[in-house]
Amino acid sequence: MRDELTVLTIAFGYLALLFVIAAWGDRRAEQGRSLIGSPTVYALSIAVYCTAWTFYGSVGRAAQTGPSFLLIYLGPTLAMLLAPFVIRKMVRIATAQRITSIADFISARYGKSAGLGALVALIALLGITPYIALQLKAITLSYAMLVDYPQEAARRLDEASFLADKSFWVALVLAVFIILFGTRHLDASERHEGMVAAIAFESLVKLAAFLAVGIFTVFVLYQGPADLFARAAATPALEQALSLAAVPGGSLGWVGMLVLAFLAFLTLPRQFQVLVVENVDERHIQRAAWLFPLYLLVINLFVIPIALAGLLGDAGSDPDSFVLTLPLAAGGEGLPVLVFIGGLSAATGMMIVETIALSTMVSNQLVMPLLLRSKRLPQSSRGALAGWVLGIRRVAIFGILLLGYSYHALIGDAYSLVTIGLVSFAAAAQFAPALLIGMYWRGANRLGAGLGMSAGFLVWAWTLLIPGFAQSGWLDAGFLSQGPFGLGWLRPYALFGLEGWDIYTHSLLWSLTANVGLLVGVSLFARQSPLEQTQAALFTEALHPRLDQASLWQGQTLRGDLRALLDRYLGAAATARVFADSGAEDDDQSAPPALVARAEQALAGALGNASARVLIGSVVRGEALDLEAILSILDTTSETLEMNRRLEQKSRELERIGRELRDANERLRELDRLKDEFVAMVSHELRTPLTSIRAFAEILRDNRELPDDKREHFLDVVVRESQRLSRLIEEILDLARLESGRLTLHPQRLDLADLTRHSLEAIQQPQEERGVSLEVAIEVEAAPVIGDPDRLEQVIINLLDNAGKFAADEAPRVRLQLARHKRGFRLAVEDNGPGIAESERERVFEKFHQIQREDDGTVRGRPRGSGLGLPISRGIVAHLGGRLWVEAAPILGGACLVMELPEAPEESPRTTPAPAVPAGE
Amino acid sequence: MITPRRKERLIALVVLATALFTPPLLLVADRAGGSPSWLPAYLFVAWALVIGLMAWLMEGGRGE
Repeated sequence: MRDELTVLTIAFGYLALLFVIAAWGDRRAEQGRSLIGSPTVYALSIAVYCTAWTFYGSVGRAAQTGPSFLLIYLGPTLAMLLAPFVIRKMVRIATAQRITSIADFISARYGKSAGLGALVALIALLGITPYIALQLKAITLSYAMLVDYPQEAARRLDEASFLADKSFWVALVLAVFIILFGTRHLDASERHEGMVAAIAFESLVKLAAFLAVGIFTVFVLYQGPADLFARAAATPALEQALSLAAVPGGSLGWVGMLVLAFLAFLTLPRQFQVLVVENVDERHIQRAAWLFPLYLLVINLFVIPIALAGLLGDAGSDPDSFVLTLPLAAGGEGLPVLVFIGGLSAATGMMIVETIALSTMVSNQLVMPLLLRSKRLPQSSRGALAGWVLGIRRVAIFGILLLGYSYHALIGDAYSLVTIGLVSFAAAAQFAPALLIGMYWRGANRLGAGLGMSAGFLVWAWTLLIPGFAQSGWLDAGFLSQGPFGLGWLRPYALFGLEGWDIYTHSLLWSLTANVGLLVGVSLFARQSPLEQTQAALFTEALHPRLDQASLWQGQTLRGDLRALLDRYLGAAATARVFADSGAEDDDQSAPPALVARAEQALAGALGNASARVLIGSVVRGEALDLEAILSILDTTSETLEMNRRLEQKSRELERIGRELRDANERLRELDRLKDEFVAMVSHELRTPLTSIRAFAEILRDNRELPDDKREHFLDVVVRESQRLSRLIEEILDLARLESGRLTLHPQRLDLADLTRHSLEAIQQPQEERGVSLEVAIEVEAAPVIGDPDRLEQVIINLLDNAGKFAADEAPRVRLQLARHKRGFRLAVEDNGPGIAESERERVFEKFHQIQREDDGTVRGRPRGSGLGLPISRGIVAHLGGRLWVEAAPILGGACLVMELPEAPEESPRTTPAPAVPAGE
Repeated sequence: MITPRRKERLIALVVLATALFTPPLLLVADRAGGSPSWLPAYLFVAWALVIGLMAWLMEGGRGE
């Protein structure tokens, strides 16, 4: 299974499968049923981060430097934790500005500067090409290993022509793939759906392959992890292998590497491509923020077991190839091929995305600006320039892959896998200050960014790149130990005498210090152009709500000029799309600002922001974007937000007040209804005695011959009814006074027991006449209270009278009890009548309530009350600071009315009658 | 997408992760001894914890 033909068939078969998947993805996208519209696919596409370097190099690194390999993945984990802030903002900006690459992003931020874009593109090209070479090297080595084993990868690169080198052919196939699926649209800010689908698939393949070899190692070569670790523990040479002591640079090196991985994850061109440019939906970031770290964790789970197994066993001397040599040494056939495919997928995935990103940069940031400047472009033909741009990009793809291959063929042998990768990381990290500071600090400026990045790049080259050349024998390595021209403080690995650091942390420290220092320092003093100020504001405020760019445009141009420009560069179809929404107006009219904005965006998506700016600038008169306008919009927006908040508060307040008013109105209506009822009742009550008085008086007037006894009886009735009438009127007046607060009370100290006895005397006679038996239980010697004696007596009599009326018809009984209760006195009057239902107990204190009861058929042969007695009593008692209520009679079983009055304070030496106070408050 | 409470929790998680992945907390795990060292085990457990919290925050905390 490991003969060349089979392996080549499988390998190129795998690449063919990628073509199929990518074609399928593009087909689905055209049909509007996107394959990649899922957060999971987004997370898997980010896993292009795991290259051949992860696949083979992690184990190598773990074997040599212990747990430090994990830092390459912990850094991105931290970055993804920040994704809801940082990456979301980047995506928002990229969508608004039609960003095509990280070079375009940085160029756009600093006033669409062509120079800065070119600088980023150059650094990326120089820094990342070795990384592509690394992938090719991994393919070559793993292929040789697979086919030649157990011969120790004897075949050296320089011994074979490039035509026999399989990685050359892989590079060629990839170039075709990328041209097919990476340059379908002119607009590079549009997504490459097929390509992303293929990348996500590759991420699954490399994960499965790595897990397979991990499980094989732990559970087939050894009896589970416990067995493996027990054997490692028994090997003295491995005692320190996994501790911090094995990490170059110790704690400091640890932190340096973490920072390096964190920054590189955000700034590597391919990561920017999948994280930002290929992002379909901002919400996918949420899922990817944990799913991608989880992917990293899983793919690293078996790195240490494989490394330990490799070190323990006889898997060969090169730790970078343990992943392959372990299953090979065990005599496996299928597994090594699967591993090779896994490594191939890791390498090709990276090369595809990186090449697309770099080729876009080369065409949009390096070649197009030069062409635009030199005016060598064909002037006439319609849309011909679109072909030019795509052509440039395709040539760039070939160029980049060839460059990578050359690097691999010429210099690649000197470095181990990890070393090349980290050198590239450090180069990409030079973009981080301009990118991140530019996103949050409006003051960062073009000159500062350019100088900082250049300085950082130079320091990087001096401390990492050139020493690398020296170590691979291209240069005399003497300057490493003595410094150039004997200048010791310029030694690349110990700049300014800083010794004992690991080379990456050392390089990162000096390069970032120079980079950030210049960026901040120069920005504090240099001036920003108006366009740059505008762009800076747009970037830093990208998450600001309602930031609508279209309204910021102020330039003037004719529709015809704009149409001609777009026609030339983008072709008829794209032009029609831009003009689609603006109606079919005359080309001689001036273009509305929104249309100018759309046109520039369309150009930016194809050519990059810097070139688009130059082209739009060639037809638009006046400053297109106005800083004042955008700042005022930002300010007004925040003002509006504040205003809205206040308005909302006000409206909530108004709502509350409205509710209160409604309630009050409701209460007023209720009171009005009650008043009407009261008036009706009063008239009714007054009419009843009046009617009988009038009737009897008429009888007396009309029948003069009435017998004396009858006449006397009638006169009696007239007198009684008149008394009732005047009592009623008296009560109504009392009530009216009480309710209006005009009832005058004369509170004074008195003995409630005395008063009760007095009242009993007054009522004894009428009660006896009715046959009511009165029981009295005055349980206190004296009951000093403050009260108006006349009114209080009126209350007591009223209570006794009522009780008499409602006592049982047969053997009516009434019981009065006066007793101390806490700090007051309770006077309870109960009867043996039917009692009052719980729900009715409060209603008896309503005016005229009782009358209604009597009206409904329970009339007894006793004098009727007005129904005002209890309300009046309660009013009086309440005014004296007491309470009056109904409860169930404890002894006689009927109703029990209880009056409670507070005890009067200790008698003062001289009793002075309290001044008269009006009732009610 | 980000409500204030979630934003605070997210920031707290970033701080927690940074603390877990760097010295001096790291040194504690490193000095715990054992052969081979417990450091990788510690890192994987801390890593899984952070991912779990992030997943909970991103997927579960939506109601708030």
